[in-house]
Amino acid sequence: MSRPDAYIGKPIERLEDLRFLRGRGQYVDDLECAGALHAVVVRSAVAHGRIRSIDTAAARTLPGVHAVFTATDLGAKVPVIPVRSESQPSLDQAVQPVLAHGKVRYVGEPVAFVVAETAALAEDAADAVTVDIDPLRAVIDRAGAEAGDVLLFEHSATNTAGRFTGVRGDAAKAFAAAPYVRRERFRVQRYAPVPLETRGLLARWDAHAERLTLAGAAKVPFWVRSVLAAMMALPEQCVDVIETDIGGGFGARGEFFPEDFLVAFAARRLGRPVKWIEDRREHFLSTAHAREVDCELEIACRRDGVILALRGQAWTNAGAYIRPNVASAPRNIAQMGAGPYRIADLHMEVSVLLSNKTPTGSYRGPGRFEIDFCRERLIDLACADLGLDRAEMRRRNLLTDAEMPHALPIVLPHGKGGELDSGDYRVTFDRCLAEIRWDEKASLQGRLIDGRYHGLAIGCYVEGGAIGPRENARLVLDSEGMVTVYVGTSALGQGQETVFAQIAADALGIPIEHVKDVFHGSTTCVEEGFGSFGSRASVMGGCAIAAAAEKLKDSIREAAAARFGCPVSAIEIIEGMRAVRAGELQLPLHELAGRELAAEGTFAAEKRTYSYGAHAAHVAVDPRTGQVEVLEYVAVEDVGRILNPSTLHGQALGAIVQGLGGSLLEELIYDEHGQLLTASLASYLLPSMDDYPDIRAVALELYPSPLNPLGAKGGGEGGIIPVGGVIANAVACALGDLGVQPFELPLSPPRVWQLIEDARGSRRQAQRTAR
Amino acid sequence: MRTTLHVNGKLVEVDVEPRLTLADCLRHELRLTGTHVGCEHGVCGACTIIVDGQAVRSCLVLAVQADGASIQTVEGLAGGDALGPLQTAFRRHHGLQCGFCTPGMLMTAHALLQAEPEASEARIREVLSGNLCRCTGYVGIVKALLDARSAYARPHTREAR
Ligand code: FES
Ligand code: FES
Repeated sequence: MSRPDAYIGKPIERLEDLRFLRGRGQYVDDLECAGALHAVVVRSAVAHGRIRSIDTAAARTLPGVHAVFTATDLGAKVPVIPVRSESQPSLDQAVQPVLAHGKVRYVGEPVAFVVAETAALAEDAADAVTVDIDPLRAVIDRAGAEAGDVLLFEHSATNTAGRFTGVRGDAAKAFAAAPYVRRERFRVQRYAPVPLETRGLLARWDAHAERLTLAGAAKVPFWVRSVLAAMMALPEQCVDVIETDIGGGFGARGEFFPEDFLVAFAARRLGRPVKWIEDRREHFLSTAHAREVDCELEIACRRDGVILALRGQAWTNAGAYIRPNVASAPRNIAQMGAGPYRIADLHMEVSVLLSNKTPTGSYRGPGRFEIDFCRERLIDLACADLGLDRAEMRRRNLLTDAEMPHALPIVLPHGKGGELDSGDYRVTFDRCLAEIRWDEKASLQGRLIDGRYHGLAIGCYVEGGAIGPRENARLVLDSEGMVTVYVGTSALGQGQETVFAQIAADALGIPIEHVKDVFHGSTTCVEEGFGSFGSRASVMGGCAIAAAAEKLKDSIREAAAARFGCPVSAIEIIEGMRAVRAGELQLPLHELAGRELAAEGTFAAEKRTYSYGAHAAHVAVDPRTGQVEVLEYVAVEDVGRILNPSTLHGQALGAIVQGLGGSLLEELIYDEHGQLLTASLASYLLPSMDDYPDIRAVALELYPSPLNPLGAKGGGEGGIIPVGGVIANAVACALGDLGVQPFELPLSPPRVWQLIEDARGSRRQAQRTAR
Repeated sequence: MRTTLHVNGKLVEVDVEPRLTLADCLRHELRLTGTHVGCEHGVCGACTIIVDGQAVRSCLVLAVQADGASIQTVEGLAGGDALGPLQTAFRRHHGLQCGFCTPGMLMTAHALLQAEPEASEARIREVLSGNLCRCTGYVGIVKALLDARSAYARPHTREAR
């Protein structure tokens, strides 16, 4: 880049805000579509059972009803939804059909699809569909799944659908020789991303052109297109998958769900546009859940606190089917147990279990949140056992600049490893201690002040970003010098249009106002795109845009050199891409290139970037109610290079509050029959504005990633990863004198209250026996 | 049923089914899609609009119940294309990400600051706790409201400062 950055690194106000603040966003339910029919999904009310019959006769005769589809209407083979990444043959055996046939396996599983003139008529008709199910016992938890007397898939002899194992060094040997070991059981509850906008889709079929358009896609539209095209036996070029404005994703939205097929199928079959908008209850029952892990983790240390090894087992409860991205959590649990610490030997085996609950997917910081919680808790317990200072022990084990790049464990069965790219993990840690005033607050630990116990904790993490394999972008320059950006990553509310306009403007040396528009995600933007997940969008999309900008400038220089008859090196692009010059010769761009010039760029990455940081919390726990108040929460991260400090800050704060929700409030609770008891926003508590007023996030750019020209790393997930461990350790610190040790999230008031009661009970018991 | 509404200063007449909510009426009959629906059970606040001066959840009101009422939606928050002071403050303080909660936040905030232009941070957090945002962690939204207060200050309160 020929000039210093004018925009990258500045808190540029967001371009997308201009439409959102005026009510002009175009979310999927806002799309106007004349003649659209409306669809409603009939869902199983039973968690596990054999379908005896589905009676749709009454529904079909209702006014305004166009069709009621069941699995038998889908042809000889009901399409199934494939696994998107890191699959295994056994995982592929447990994928979901788009409509249930034979059996139902969770409450909310689609069994029929009603299409009518209006949404209200479709709902009336859905009510008139009678589904007769012969119930089977439901598998709810790890014990039920492992017992194996009730099987979700009878063709398989087990409810264990797959296994991921992380290996580095020789953990068994290290444990055998270790002077100190401790093993504990942990549990992270089932909860979910719960974006504020529910899912929705609008499909159109153009019979004449044999062309399908599906709007409402997010996250991975190109992958959705390839799956949909295969299911509908259409060439990929005949399917357009369109990304609209998206009311939050966080990992769940945008994967291929049964409705992605059903809405498209109905539009083609009926020759009319079909719209489907999920309601909130349906969202809780049908959009991917996340987390729910049981974990046994064991740590081996020297007596001075040097961590020698980590080993354990974990069981993720994947729900009733293996959905497209079910693998990310278990594979990360298997691989990332050591987090930012120097731990030579690691062995972690993670089993993926099936149960009669809603299928799971990924959620911001998948697997990383869970394993970080277990490891950070275990470190605090080890400190207590060994009489070490919690901060000092962590500091001693954090990786330093001199150790980079640092190889990660290999994950089996795929055999993939990877490495931490750059950073000095002590720096964010020290800064975090300073920000929370750790030393000053040390005296508060465990103190009872005005009826509440105070606790303090700090924890660390690494965040993988910039997942490959590659990304593509196209820039179009018009004769006015205005640039339009097209890119294959998708927007989920993170401010991508703004960040990409910044990158394009700096790469081309133009004012940001000359970036006319940024189009992203849709399959119509570029030939091939990969979407947004794994904190990849800004880095991968941004680098693809920068690459396209270089090509655009090259092609301008070549054309000018040919016209002027001079070497390419003599050409200067001037006036903000509006003219070219070689010595005395000068030409406006439109005379050189006509109306439009375009260039495409690709950025490929085999290795991932790793942002890192530390979080600290100061909490107060009321022993009478179990209520945990977060008095102060501080996050410090190093993201390599900050593209837009304002949007990055927003990512951090939003992720922290999501993490606090998952640590203190949110839980998807099932009864023993597999009924979800928390299927509304009244029973599933999300953090609200008065819950966590005192949170702060500090972002640093100390160690740029060596893996991409921007030096940037992912920044979307770090804010959530360490929260569970930090909060649980702060609560343990506060209630240390009472003997409370939390091993399970969320630390909701009833759970904390119960922990206190149990601790008191066992104290009394101990006293009695002593007497 | 024929229903008359004054929406953003314009008189409109609609013929609606009695079971249609005011939110759906605004969105689908009047095509004012700035008002969002996040739960349809009165918890998320995304559908908040101002009815006769009060912040109201339009998913909990039937269109026919609003007959004769004066309604303000996000589309009527600022005149023309410019952003009003509250919207400008949301943008400046990064008070939105995906934008889905934003119209409801803006309307609740507008109603609050009109009634209480000097609302404290604690008061703001209390009143807006009925509007959920899953993206921002709320920090930017609170800052935006604190900043926008001056634009709502009544003449005498301005003098008093
Ligand atoms: S849609 Fe009205 S409160 Fe959620
Ligand atoms: S900005 Fe996405 S829900 Fe508030």
